[in-house]
Amino acid sequence: MNIQDFIENFASQFDETELEEFTPETHFKQLDEWSSLTALSIIAMVDDEYDVIIKGNDIINSDTIQDLYDVVERQQK
Amino acid sequence: METSNHSPFSLAGKTVLVTGASSGIGRATAIACSRMGARLVLTARDQDRLLDTFNQLATCGQDHVQLTADLTNSEQLEALVAALPHIEGAVLCAGNSTTLPLQFGSREKFDEMFDVNFFAPVELMRLMYKKKIFAKGASVVLLASIGGTHSFMPGNGVYGASKAALNAVMKYAAREYASRRVRVNSICPGMVDTPLIHRGTITEEQLAEDAKKYPLGRYGQPDDIAYGAVYLLSDAASWLTGHDLVIDGGFSI
Repeated sequence: MNIQDFIENFASQFDETELEEFTPETHFKQLDEWSSLTALSIIAMVDDEYDVIIKGNDIINSDTIQDLYDVVERQQK
Repeated sequence: METSNHSPFSLAGKTVLVTGASSGIGRATAIACSRMGARLVLTARDQDRLLDTFNQLATCGQDHVQLTADLTNSEQLEALVAALPHIEGAVLCAGNSTTLPLQFGSREKFDEMFDVNFFAPVELMRLMYKKKIFAKGASVVLLASIGGTHSFMPGNGVYGASKAALNAVMKYAAREYASRRVRVNSICPGMVDTPLIHRGTITEEQLAEDAKKYPLGRYGQPDDIAYGAVYLLSDAASWLTGHDLVIDGGFSI
């Protein structure tokens, strides 16, 4: 996996936020569009795309997209 | 007024099957039924946890039975049915849940959920009826959910669809099985504090926040549902069939 793909998969769970707004440093929970349903979609996307089961707390404990990417990458190994 | 020792809510003299008896609502239901005088037939997949429930049953001289089975495995389901005695009551609790936005609800995800929550209890009930295991006047209780009938919260669609389908079969079975005076009802719980809801997709903080939305101020406890099952199994509910009993702390009002 690589961070660029992850960001694209991440961004596709949003409807209003422009792709350019998503970078490794994006504090995703501060985006206007962020909601509990987005969180569920991210969890489902990670399961689908990376075969990794993350938990709600992994989202809570991640500030940036890079933080969450690191969680997924660690579990994939 | 003369008082009687006989309570219409008693389950004395009834043999009651409980599936999913190794934890959560199934375990609480089995224990509650035993305290009301029933003889229990317990089933679940996990032998050790099933034994744990078995050891918590009130005995009252009853010879309770435990039979390990995975109800999604047709051979094991048929073996279970072949081993069953005549049954006056059945509470089909075995089930699973998932929290998944619909756009991720692939056929595979639906199949996983329907195998456990729909096909397993429906097939078990069908075989028990066809093989005349239900005694005349028996009562069947299916565990549905307000997520299938009353409350359509984001992320619950795959789970809710399986429970909606189960609830529909309940009503058809209530009509058809009435010819043998077999009653079929369901319980539709709101969120109940069982291991199913503590798997981490929803955080503990989110659960605590969600519980505040319940007018009675908390999530359900397994006993809240078990006591509803006791009522539906008992002679007190003799004229009740085809009903989905909502037990949800007022959430769906």
